[in-house]
Parts: sequence; structure tokens; C-alpha cells
Amino acid sequence: MEVLQLLIGGVAQGCVYGLIALGFVLIYKATEQVNFAQGDILMIGAYVALTLIAEAVARGWSIHLAFWLALPLTMVVMAAFGYALDRVALRPIIGQPQFAVVILTIALGFVFRAAAGAIWSTEPQTLATPFTGKKIVLGGVILGAESLAIIVGTAFLSLVLFAFFRYTRVGVAMQAASQNQLAAYYMGIPVKVIFSLIWAISAAVAAAAGILLAPIATIDPNMGFIGLKAFAAAVIGGFGSLPGAVIAGLMLGAIEPFAAAYGSRAGLPKGVPEVSSYIFMLVVLIVRPQGLFAQIYKKKV
Amino acid sequence: MAATLLEMRNIETFYGPIMALRGVSLEVPEGKIVTVLGANGAGKTTILKTISGVMEPQKGSIVFGGKPIHRHEPDWVARQGIAHVPEGREIFPFLSVYENLMMGAFTRHDRAALGGDLEAVYGYFPILKERADQPAAYLSGGQQQMLVIGRGLMARPKLMLLDEPSLGLSPLLVQEIFGIIRRLNEERKVTMLLVEQNANMALKVAHHGYVLELGRIVMNDTCERLRESEDVKEFFLGMKEEGARGRRRWKRKKTWR
Repeated sequence: MEVLQLLIGGVAQGCVYGLIALGFVLIYKATEQVNFAQGDILMIGAYVALTLIAEAVARGWSIHLAFWLALPLTMVVMAAFGYALDRVALRPIIGQPQFAVVILTIALGFVFRAAAGAIWSTEPQTLATPFTGKKIVLGGVILGAESLAIIVGTAFLSLVLFAFFRYTRVGVAMQAASQNQLAAYYMGIPVKVIFSLIWAISAAVAAAAGILLAPIATIDPNMGFIGLKAFAAAVIGGFGSLPGAVIAGLMLGAIEPFAAAYGSRAGLPKGVPEVSSYIFMLVVLIVRPQGLFAQIYKKKV
Repeated sequence: MAATLLEMRNIETFYGPIMALRGVSLEVPEGKIVTVLGANGAGKTTILKTISGVMEPQKGSIVFGGKPIHRHEPDWVARQGIAHVPEGREIFPFLSVYENLMMGAFTRHDRAALGGDLEAVYGYFPILKERADQPAAYLSGGQQQMLVIGRGLMARPKLMLLDEPSLGLSPLLVQEIFGIIRRLNEERKVTMLLVEQNANMALKVAHHGYVLELGRIVMNDTCERLRESEDVKEFFLGMKEEGARGRRRWKRKKTWR
């Protein structure tokens, strides 16, 4: 029972890693840019949801209605934010060296954290959701409703994204643009707009992750640092595979509670659980440098 | 004489400080195949890239169907009805063959006609139908070249820019591809601008030819007359002429020098 308990808690945490990693990989695959502000976009999304829900509840709406309206609304707001971010900040530096983008997104992260601190204060806050504090007992395993919501929400989002990329014209065009940008241009695909749309999707997914994460954590301007672990997940997944990112996120999430529970019993030093995900990343990088689920294509000449 | 579909006037294109096109002018009449011959680095691909908007010309104008198209984004140019079939099998490797073809039709909104065009492409290249559900990366080189041409056709373009369709293909496949290029022109009236190193093939299939050397057009004639030209014979077709003293002159001058 204990194993199952640990596993479910870990998987829930892993879902959040997976969703953020998804955002990293989406942007990287399409534009070959690494967005180090991904975690901070999550943080802003969580604050936006917090504000919307607080506003709605203050007007006497029920928490259920407030939450279920705030969730899609936040995703739309953050999608617009992601689109604008690419249009205003990233598109002008297309063609510059990689590190320019890296530095830019790191700097954007600082700006977002500072702005969030100024707008919403640096005090940790909690997001009220319909799931908060509820428990479901299933054959001796106690499930937090928040954890269940994270797992269901992640599964749902992953399915929607899968269907979108697989079956819609724009979704397939996004894949095309990420696989061969020049050929996509020749097909008349508006590649720059597609890239902005990918930033929009990525920001919306990060916002969803933020809302799902908020009930099991607290909201503060530094909550975006969870993005570092998600980055490790993206690397483990191969930084080019969407399912790989989610699966690697789940793996990381699942490893952590076990490292915490059994690590101390096995007499490992205290910090080991916290760095377990990075140790796992290092092992993967040594054994399989391309990541677990990498897509590699060598052009025929 | 058919109406001019594409007209390029005094185009100058640079790669950084290097001038790749030094005032190129050419015309593509509607319904014809026009070929541009030239050695490596003559600027053939640059002409096509300048037309499709991937490279911006510093000077000159390009008019397509009466509309200036230079200084526009490449996706805009494609939407005007120009399908660029790039050299080197620029496929979408992880999309299926079918999805690759449908991406060719990205600019089209007449969904009803797509099925018929897809069947037509499968008719020209039956192997693509057989392997429609496989990722394009699994196709052989020649099949990828067929896929790229088929993908270009799916746009139902007014003008097709073909960049070295014979590159790296076996002689038999080259024959086949050029046969299909001719059929496309005859059956579907597709206007084409064909860039080739394989001058022999290109001169057989095209109606009009330009010879490009170091970014300049040095000859411009019908393909029949180009085939007879001494310079083209020697420098592109590899035919050698007996010199007056029974020995070949080792430093024959080209007539345009």
C-alpha cells in the first residue's frame, strides 16, 4: 500500500513536470529556442488564475463555477501572452546565435518574477479550488483530490494536444514547420505565425500546469523554479519528443518520493532525494546521450 | 507566343558581400518549360530562391502574373501559386507520405478537388500510394524526390520551380522523372522553371533555355538551338570537337567571353 501511495503522489507531481517539459519541447522542436522562462510563465498563469478566482468568489460566485471558468480563461489569457511574447521579444532576434535566445529568456524570467512580486506581493498564497482538502479512499489508498485532478487534467491535456497535432491541418503544419522550416515556407505555411502559435500553446499548457500545481504547493514569485526539474525531464525525454517529455516527467516525479522515503532508511545523506532527479538525468545522459525517446533523422544525401 | 507568366528584371542578389546574381533577367511564358543551365555555383538555385522569396534581391524586380512578388515573405509568394520544389529532398521526415502530400496543399481551400489531385499524384508516382502511411524518412532517395515533386503538384501551382530534380538519382530514375515532368507539362499545362546540371536531359525536355555563368545570363535561346551551340555542346554536353591540327585545343575560349 505504501508503494502505491508514494507512486500516486509522485505521479501527480510528475504530471506537472511533464506538462512544463512539454512546453519546453514544443518550443524547442519548432523554433530551436530553449525557453528558460517556461517556469515563470507557469507562475504568472497561477497568479492570473488566483486573481480571477478571488475576483469571482468576492462577487459571490460559488468556488466550483469560479474555478471552472477561471481555468479556461486563464489558459486563453496566457496563450495570448505567449503569442505576444514571441511576436514582440523572440521574433526580432531570429537568426541571432542560440545564446542570445537563452540569455533573453533567462532575463525575461527575472523580469516576470520581479513584476509578479510587485503586482501580487512576494508572500506565498494558496489557490482555493473545489478539490482543496478533499480525499478519496480507494481500497486502503488515500488519494488527495488535488493529486487526482492533476493526473486527470494532464491526461486530458495530453490527449487534446495529441489529437490537435495528429488530426488538424494547423497541427500537422506545426509538425511540418518544426521538421523542415524551409520546406514549410515553400508550402505556403506562414511559419512565423505558426511559431507564435506554438508559444501560445506552450504558455497555455504552462498555465494549466500552474493551476494544477497550485493546490499542492503555494503560489509565490519563485514557484517557477520547478521549471529546472522539468528541464531535466525534457532532457531525459530526448528534448524532441512530446510523449517522451511527459513520460520522463512522470518518471522523475515517481522517483522523488521513493528516494525520499527509502533514501533515509538506506542511510543516504539528507540531500539525496532533492537531487535524485538530476542524478537520474546524469545517468540517462551517460547511458543514452540522445535521451530516452529521441527522434533522430539523418538526411539521405 | 504565350503570355509571360513570370518576368525577372535585372535581379541582383547577394550572400553577404558576395554577389551571386549579377543582373539576371529572364522570362517564363505560360505553359512552357524554361530551363536554366549552369555549373556549380553559377547561381541557379539562387535564382529560384530569389523568386520564391527566401532570398531578397538587392535590385531588380520580379513580376508574376502581373503582380510584383519580390520583397514578400516566402509563404506569401507560395500562396500566389508558385510551388518551389527544392533540391536535396526537403521532406518532412516524421510525417507520413500522405501527410507530406497534404502539406503541399496547405494553401488550398477547395477541399473537394484535393482527392482527385491526390489520386493524380499517386497515378504519376504509384510507389507513393503504396507507402502512403509510412514516415517519409523511410523512403529511398529517389522516392523522396518523387514525394517532393508530388507535394509541389498538390498545390496545383501556376508555376513550378524545379531545383535539380535529377540530383543523385540513378540514370533510369532520371529518365523516369523527366518523363513525368514532360507529362505534367503536356497533360496538366503546368508551367515550369527547371534548374539542372544534367544539361542533356534538361535541353530535351524544356522549350527555352538560359545559360548562367557566375551570376550572369550568357546565352538565351530555344533549346533546339542551344543543343546545336558549340559552347553548350562542349561545356555542358561533354562533346569534343576535333581541333584544326588534329589535336584538341586545350584552352578553347567560350564565344561569350
